[in-house]
Parts: sequence; structure tokens; C-alpha cells
Amino acid sequence: MFEIILFVTLLLLGYVFGRMAEKKHFNSIIEREQQYRNILTFSKRFPEGITNHSEGALVEGNVVIANDYFKTILAALKGLVGGRLTAYESLLERARREAILRMKESANNKGMNTIINVKLETSSITKGQNNQVSCVEVYAYGTALNADLN
Amino acid sequence: MLISNVEVIPGRNIQSHLGLVQGNTVRAKHVGRDLMAGLKNIFGGELVGYTELLTEAREEAVARMVQQAAAIGANAVLNVRFSTSSITAGAAELFAYGTAVKLEE
Repeated sequence: MFEIILFVTLLLLGYVFGRMAEKKHFNSIIEREQQYRNILTFSKRFPEGITNHSEGALVEGNVVIANDYFKTILAALKGLVGGRLTAYESLLERARREAILRMKESANNKGMNTIINVKLETSSITKGQNNQVSCVEVYAYGTALNADLN
Repeated sequence: MLISNVEVIPGRNIQSHLGLVQGNTVRAKHVGRDLMAGLKNIFGGELVGYTELLTEAREEAVARMVQQAAAIGANAVLNVRFSTSSITAGAAELFAYGTAVKLEE
């Protein structure tokens, strides 16, 4: 009986706080993406139209983010029947956008306006109970330049 | 020491290639941080402790790579790549590698 109560409490806590945290995080991401819109990022090594640029500097951003209990359970249930795991999709989206933002932020602090050759790396770093991985790290890195764009 | 993940530094000529240099570090997580991580798995959100831990670890891997490059007389490391792998539950290896070169002054 106690176990059922605990499970339901955790589910509720996860649902309420997880939703709140995610909403808040997405709002902050959207706001900061607006703020750093002037910093251009390219996955290409040498994008066309870039002239007179400075020596490059390596910039990076990383974030470790965990799913809430509700979504972990939801994903585990979905895993039984297959299909899209939307819980993890939004987790990874948040993590990637955050890592890229942090990389942009560090380029901005160095007075750079362009980042080329951006690479993204994703890894799961913890395994929870029953091997449920619900914690991912995303690492973004690239070479920041101060360039004239035409 | 110049570090870049592109294979050339604009406006600088490469005098000589000195080969691959690498740096790695294996980190285990702190018990206290693991506890916090357990809590975060209920509420969701960023694990600030882990983010910092991995940032520090990567800086160390890069520092070791740079040290190796300096030891063979390089003044830049180009085409740098990072990789992460979990060795066992609770420990992760962070690895940085790149090509050490000597740039003309």
C-alpha cells in the first residue's frame, strides 16, 4: 500500500514540477535565442560570404539535463508498445538548444560574432534504477571568429 | 597555444605537422551529487553539479592534450574533437584529441 502511495506521489510531483520546469526553461531558451540572434552559427567549416576574419578560438557549451519521474515512467510504458517517445524528444531538444546557447554566449563574451564548424555530441551519463537512462549530456563546440559578413 | 576545431588557422602557414596529440580523464561522480541527481530524476531539470563536473573534466582533458603538444614543440592544436564514453555505471571518460602543428610566426 505504502509503495503505491509513494509511486503516485512521485508521479504527481514529477508531472507538476517537471511541466513547470520545462515551460520555464523553454521560455528562457526562446528569450536568449532572440538575444543572441546576431551570432551566426554554421556547421560548415568554411561558409561562403565570410571575409576578413580574426584568428579562431574554440568555444563550447554543455548541459546535463534529467527527465522528470512522470516522463520517465511514460517513456518506459511507451517502450512496451513502441512509437515516438515524445518525453525524450523534448528533453533532447531542450538540451541541444541550451548547449548551443551557452556556446553562443561564450563566443559573445569573447567578442566574436560567428561560429563555424559546430559539432554536437550527445551522451547519456547516468543509468538510474533498472537501467532507465533519463539523464543526458549535450556538448556543443565550434570555432568562434570575428568576421565581416556580406 | 592556439586550439581550433578547424584544420587551418587563417592567415597562418603550417610549418610542420607533429602528429596526433590526446588528453583524457576518467571521472566518477560524487556521492552527494548522485543523491541530488536522484532527486532531479523526480522533478526534472538541469543537473548543475554534473554540468560543472563535466566542464572541469573536459578542461582537464584539453589541458593534458595541450601539455602533450607543448612537449613536442607545437604551438597550435588543430582539428580538435571531443568524445565521451561511460566506462562503468558511475564513471565517464572524456577524451580530447587533435593534430599538433607548428605554425610559422
